[in-house]
Amino acid sequence: MDVFGSFALLLAFLAAVYAFGAGIAGILTRRALLTKSARNAGMAVFGLVTLAVASLEYFFFTDNFSLAYVASHSNRALPAFYKFAALWAGQEGSLLWWSWLLSVYAFLALFLNRKRHPELMPYVGVTLAGVQIFFLTLNNFVATPFKVLGGADAAGAMHVARLSEGTGLTPLLQYPEMVIHPPMLYLGYTGFTVPFAFALAALLGRYPGEKWIHITRRWTMVAWCFQTVGIMLGAHWAYSVLGWGGYWEWDPVENASLLPWITGTAFLHSVMMQEKRGMMRVWNVWLVFTTFMLCILGTFLTRAGIVSSVHAFAESSIGGWFVGFLAVVLVVCFAAWWKNRDYLRSDNQLDSLVSRESSFLFNNLILLAACFAVLWGTLFPVLSEWVTGNKISVGPPFFNKVNIPIALFLLFLTGVGPLLAWRKTSFDALKRNFAWPLGIGIVAGAVAFVFGFRDFYALICLILSVFVTLTIFSEFFRGARVIAHRDGTNLLAAVGDLTMRNTRRYGGYVVHLGMVLIFIGIAGQAFNKDVQMELSPGQSLSIGPYTIFCQNIDEVSNDNYQSERATLEVFRNGKSQMMLYPERRFFITSQITQTVVALQSSPLRDLYVVYDGRSPDTGKPEIHAHLNPLVKWIWFGGIVVVLGTGLAMLPNRRAVLVLRAATETSWGEGVAPESPSAVGAVAPRADTHD
Amino acid sequence: MKARGKFLFGSGIIIATLLSLAYVGYTQSKTYYHTISELPTLHGGTLHQRMRVSGNVRAGSIAHLDGRVDFVLEEQGASLPVSYTGHDPLPDTFKDGAQALVEGHLAPDGRFTADQVQAKCASKYEATPGAAVGAGQS
Repeated sequence: MDVFGSFALLLAFLAAVYAFGAGIAGILTRRALLTKSARNAGMAVFGLVTLAVASLEYFFFTDNFSLAYVASHSNRALPAFYKFAALWAGQEGSLLWWSWLLSVYAFLALFLNRKRHPELMPYVGVTLAGVQIFFLTLNNFVATPFKVLGGADAAGAMHVARLSEGTGLTPLLQYPEMVIHPPMLYLGYTGFTVPFAFALAALLGRYPGEKWIHITRRWTMVAWCFQTVGIMLGAHWAYSVLGWGGYWEWDPVENASLLPWITGTAFLHSVMMQEKRGMMRVWNVWLVFTTFMLCILGTFLTRAGIVSSVHAFAESSIGGWFVGFLAVVLVVCFAAWWKNRDYLRSDNQLDSLVSRESSFLFNNLILLAACFAVLWGTLFPVLSEWVTGNKISVGPPFFNKVNIPIALFLLFLTGVGPLLAWRKTSFDALKRNFAWPLGIGIVAGAVAFVFGFRDFYALICLILSVFVTLTIFSEFFRGARVIAHRDGTNLLAAVGDLTMRNTRRYGGYVVHLGMVLIFIGIAGQAFNKDVQMELSPGQSLSIGPYTIFCQNIDEVSNDNYQSERATLEVFRNGKSQMMLYPERRFFITSQITQTVVALQSSPLRDLYVVYDGRSPDTGKPEIHAHLNPLVKWIWFGGIVVVLGTGLAMLPNRRAVLVLRAATETSWGEGVAPESPSAVGAVAPRADTHD
Repeated sequence: MKARGKFLFGSGIIIATLLSLAYVGYTQSKTYYHTISELPTLHGGTLHQRMRVSGNVRAGSIAHLDGRVDFVLEEQGASLPVSYTGHDPLPDTFKDGAQALVEGHLAPDGRFTADQVQAKCASKYEATPGAAVGAGQS
C-alpha cells in the first residue's frame, strides 16, 4: 500500500511536469490541443495527490506502524479524529497536505475557467504547475511521507520493520482547534497561489486591462479569509492551551502567518485603486508577488527551523530547497515585470491629499511598513549573523513599539477612508462627515480618562474605535435611509437591501467592524492582571473582584495520562461563582507534561487559571491566576470579520438604482461589472447624499 | 504633482517616526546569541550585553534552591553554570537532557544569570529521536 501512495505521488509529479512543459509548448506553438492536454494534466494532479493523501490516511487508520511517519505521529489509542489530523502533524505530512490543498485550488482554477479567458489560462496553468512541481519534488524526493521503517541487512537485502505501537501525537496538538488551525492556515497560504498565478499570467501574456484583478478578487478573499481564520485559531489555541495567559508572542512562526495576511490586506485595498482609477498597477502586481513569496517564506520558516521558535520543527535539510525556490520565484517575477513594465503604466495621478486615493495609499504604506518591520524583526537573527557575525534577536518590545502605532493609524484610516470621496474631498464635506463621530469618540475617551483609564494607547484605541464604529453605522444609516424613504420600507429591511446591492462595500464595512472589535479586545491587554502564589488547600488568593479558594489538590489518571488537579472555588462579593479545575497532565506514551488551563470567559473579562504544579522549593501547589479583560472580543471580532468577508463574496443583487442593465456576470468574474454601473450607483452617493 | 509631493512628505514623516520607534524597541530588546564556547572569548562591553545561550541540560545538574534554580548547560564539550532567577515557573519541558535556551546576563564570576528559560525537548514536534523508531528526518 505504501507503494500505491508513493506511486500516486510520483505520477502527480510527472503530471505537473507535463502540465508545465506542455503548457509552455502550447503557448509557444499556439496549438490548442497541446494547451488543452496541459490543462487536463494540471487537473489530474489533483486526483493523484488525493490518492496519495487517502493512502496515507489509510495507514493512520489501520495503525500501520511500518511507515516511519505514521509510527512517529500516531498510536493505537489515539482518537480517530486526531488520527485523521495526524496527517499534518509533522513535516512530511504537512508538505503533502500543502500539495494537496494547492492541487485543489489549481483544479478549481483550471476547471472553473476552462471555457474562459483562453488567452490567459495557459499562463495560469503553467504558473500553477510550476509551483506544484516544487512541492511535489519535496514530497517525492526530499521529505517523503511514505518512508518505510527498516533497512538493509548485511547482505544488502531490504527488511521492513513494523512497530507494534507508534510514539503518539504530541499532546499539545491533541486539541480540537489544532485539527482545524493548520488546514485553515494552509488554505490561506496555498490560496494566495491562485491570484499569484493570475497576476504573473496577466503580466506574461500582457492580458489587457484590470481583468485579472476581477477574476482573482474572490480567490484573494477566500485565501485571505482562511488566513484570518487560521491566525485567529492559532492565537486562540495558544491562549487556551499553552497556559502563559496570552495569545500572541511575536513568535517567528506566528509572524510568518501574519506577513502574507498583511500584504494580502494591502492588496485587497489597493486593487480598488486599480479598478476604479487605473492607478497602482505595478504596486498591485508586486503586492501579489510579495504575498505569494511570503507564503512560501512562512511555510519555510515553519519547516526549516532557521529561527528558534516554539513551533520550530526539527532542523532539516529542507531549508535550502525553499531558499532556492524563493530565489527562482523572485527572478521570474522580476524578469516578467521588467520585460512588461510598460504594460503596467498608470492612467491617473494622485489629485489631492484629502481623497480616497490617498487614504488607500497611506493604508498601503503603513501596512507595508508593518510587514517590513515584522519581517525584519523575525529574520533579524539571521540577517545580523550574516552581516556582523553576531546573532542578535529582538523581542516583543520591538514589534510592539512599531506595530501598535501602525495599528492605531490603520484604525484611524478605517474610519476616515470610506468617507472620503475619490479624487478630492472638500473641507466642508470633511467637517460634516467627521466632526460628530470624532467628537463623540473624544468625549468617550474623556469619560474613560475620568474613570481611571490612563494607558495612552488604550485610550487612543478607545477613541478611534468609537469613531470608526460610528462612521460605519452612519454609512449604513445614510444609505438605508434613502432606500427606506424611497421604498417606504422600514430602516432595518433597507439596511439588508442596501447591503445586498453592494455586498463588497458593505461586507467590507462589516469586516472593518470586526477589526474594531479585535482592536478593542487587544487594547484590553493593557489592563491585564496576574497573581502567582503558593496555594495549599484551605488558602485563597484575590485577583480583581475575585477570590480564589483552593479546596483540594487531587490526582486523576487514565490510560492516556496521569493528572494532578486543583479544585478551586471562585468567589465574588462573598458569593460562590464557579468551580475551576486547572490540571497538569503527564502523558504516558510521550512522557510530556502539559498544563490544562481552567478558563472562565465572559465578554468583560477572562479568568484564566493555571496550576503550575508543586513548588520544587516548598512542595506546595502553585497557582497562577490571570485576569484578562475583553479577550472574548477578539474571538468574536474574528467571527465578524469572517462573516463580513463572506458577505463581500456574495454577488450583488441587481440594484434598482442602476438604470443600465449590468452585463451578465460569470462566476469567475464575480461582480466585475460593478466598476461602471454598480459603482456609479453607490460611490457618488457619499457625496450627493450628505 | 502637488498632492504627490504632500503625500511623499507625509510618508516621510510616518516612516521616520516608525524608524525611530523601531530603533528604541530594538535597543530595548536586542539579545545576542552566543554559544557556550564563545563566552570566555567575550570582553569589554560585549560582556554586559543581554544574551541568549543554548545548550543541553546536564543530567542531574538541576538543583532547586531558595529563590533560584541552578543547573549546568552543556554544548560541544563546553559547559556553563546557570542560575535561573526568573519569576515564571520553569517550562514543563525543562528536564535532564532537554535542549534549553536561557536569556539573561553573564555575571563576573562566569555564572550565567537567566531571567528566562525556554526548553524544547527534541521530541516535541518531530518524532522521538531516530533511535526509538528508526525514523529520522530525510
